[in-house]
Amino acid sequence: MATFCYWICLMLFAVGLYCAVTKRNLIKIVIGIAIMDHAINLFLVLLGYRRGGIAPILDRANLAESGSAPGFAERSVDALPQAMVLTSIVISLAVTALLVALCVRIYEKYGTYDVNELRRLRG
Amino acid sequence: MIFIPLAVAVPLGVAFLIALFGGRPRWLADVLANATAAALVVFTILLPRRGITIYPVGGWGVEDGVPTGILMVVDGLSWFVALTVAVVSLAVTVYSIAYMRRYTAKPKYYALLLLMIAGMNGAVLTGDIFNLFVFLEVASIASYALVAFGTEREELEASFKYAILGSVGSLCVLLGIALLYGLAGTVNMAQIAAKLRAPEAAGRMGAAHLALALFVAGFGLKAALVPFHAWLPDAHPSAPAPVSAMLSGVLIKTIGVYALARVVFHVFGLDPKLRTIILVLAAASMLCAAIASVMQRDLKRLLAYSSISQVGYIVLGFGLGSDLGALGAILHLFNHATMKSLLFLASGSVEMSAGTRDLDRLGGLAERMPVTAGATTIGALGIAGIPPFSGFWSKLLIVIAAVQAGEVAMACIAIAASLITLGAFIGMLRQAFFGPEAPATAEAQEAPAWMCLPIVVLAAIGLTGGLLLLPQVQEQVLGPAVEAVQRGAAYADTILRGGR
Repeated sequence: MATFCYWICLMLFAVGLYCAVTKRNLIKIVIGIAIMDHAINLFLVLLGYRRGGIAPILDRANLAESGSAPGFAERSVDALPQAMVLTSIVISLAVTALLVALCVRIYEKYGTYDVNELRRLRG
Repeated sequence: MIFIPLAVAVPLGVAFLIALFGGRPRWLADVLANATAAALVVFTILLPRRGITIYPVGGWGVEDGVPTGILMVVDGLSWFVALTVAVVSLAVTVYSIAYMRRYTAKPKYYALLLLMIAGMNGAVLTGDIFNLFVFLEVASIASYALVAFGTEREELEASFKYAILGSVGSLCVLLGIALLYGLAGTVNMAQIAAKLRAPEAAGRMGAAHLALALFVAGFGLKAALVPFHAWLPDAHPSAPAPVSAMLSGVLIKTIGVYALARVVFHVFGLDPKLRTIILVLAAASMLCAAIASVMQRDLKRLLAYSSISQVGYIVLGFGLGSDLGALGAILHLFNHATMKSLLFLASGSVEMSAGTRDLDRLGGLAERMPVTAGATTIGALGIAGIPPFSGFWSKLLIVIAAVQAGEVAMACIAIAASLITLGAFIGMLRQAFFGPEAPATAEAQEAPAWMCLPIVVLAAIGLTGGLLLLPQVQEQVLGPAVEAVQRGAAYADTILRGGR
């Protein structure tokens, strides 16, 4: 049961991958990439989650309540994956923006979002 | 020591400076980009290459065997790869001064190029696996944009394909990193390696193996190993020539082959099953791509297929796991970086003066463009592995290493692929440079001096590349790199002790 949520993340990753490699519409392919991204972000956050954990912000009140810094670390959720997810979200924003910009330019040139219509580089 | 962060920070900073202020006066972007590339050559030469040197980012170093922050790590291997990147970058920026005049937004081009260089240097010099991912993405995103730089139909389509497959590769790597974090509770490569070797990890290796598979797929996509290669023959020829030179010359090696070698040798360790997988990927790349390259009629597409095949040699050398194999792989990495960037730059000169890169429409360029033709001949024979040019020595080492390791089949495939490459390149040379003159080439002229200079320098490197194997030179240059590859598990221990 403990690993159930991780399997859901992996399934979501697989759904995104399926979408990215099989869809014909450029926008749907970009959405597939975004789904894969979110699956990993969710996975990372869940890795650091602890049932009933407090936010990993070390202020006076939290410190007094926990007694000591290690005591605080015992009670809070893991902060590192949250930092990594933040970085990963920024990166995926850049990738998505670039991909969508490419889609717009491709639509201007070809007048379609259908991958099968873009055949200049086939073969 | 200070040169370690500078090798990343300087190109990153100058990239943004050029993007903001590079437009006027018009020569400013050229000067800034070339000065940065020249400075990077100096910085990388001055990096410490013996042992392992750690630079704690923000002063958060290793305390009692536990890294408390992000570490940048230099050893012989990262030193040598960073040096290769710097040399090729300098050749490319010098070439771009004249070549990129055809495009309208030169400062934007330099900004993206420097961003890509910063990403590659960061990926090579980091000791932290999440950092590796971030820099890999910086380099990749810049390269997606550079492939689309012409914004014509072909460029856009190739860039989209490249960006999608590149993103899938990056996300595989990120998922692998997440799995490793779940297993080891850290993203420091040395600490992960130590945790994976600890006895308590023995029962949980399933997740580690899944992570390893994701790394092989992800970095394999970035390195364009067959069967992950489909994007490369579109993306590399569509980019402007200096960008093709960077992509084929160094990008696929730093964020693909180097990253894979780092993870395999220093985090997981090379076990026999993994070795078999890597050797099969290498053999498939060498052979399939060499055969595909014979059939190409587009000059740059032929070169792109040959890149896939040559990356196969490098991976084969590393995958053998012996000293000699690693030496051959590292030397071939350098030789292919210099020779393939030479060929792509020369193809840019050809395209500029003949107006086409279709081999059927080219002919007799040797008389009209003697410098380009001579350099291309050296580059082509160098990559095909004809003595005394540089590529021969590295391929010879890899083949000998394969025989010594008992992989005779691999050695035969390597030799066969080499002969096929030779056939493809001789066909290309005869058609484009030494055949009868074609209508398209009647007006062709030699490229401007600023474009010939880097090509000639790279050709000189190709002629003298074998000298790197002289004992005194080898001990100084390639020795530390081979030592770094063979360090294996000691990599982690040394870093957790604080370096050296």
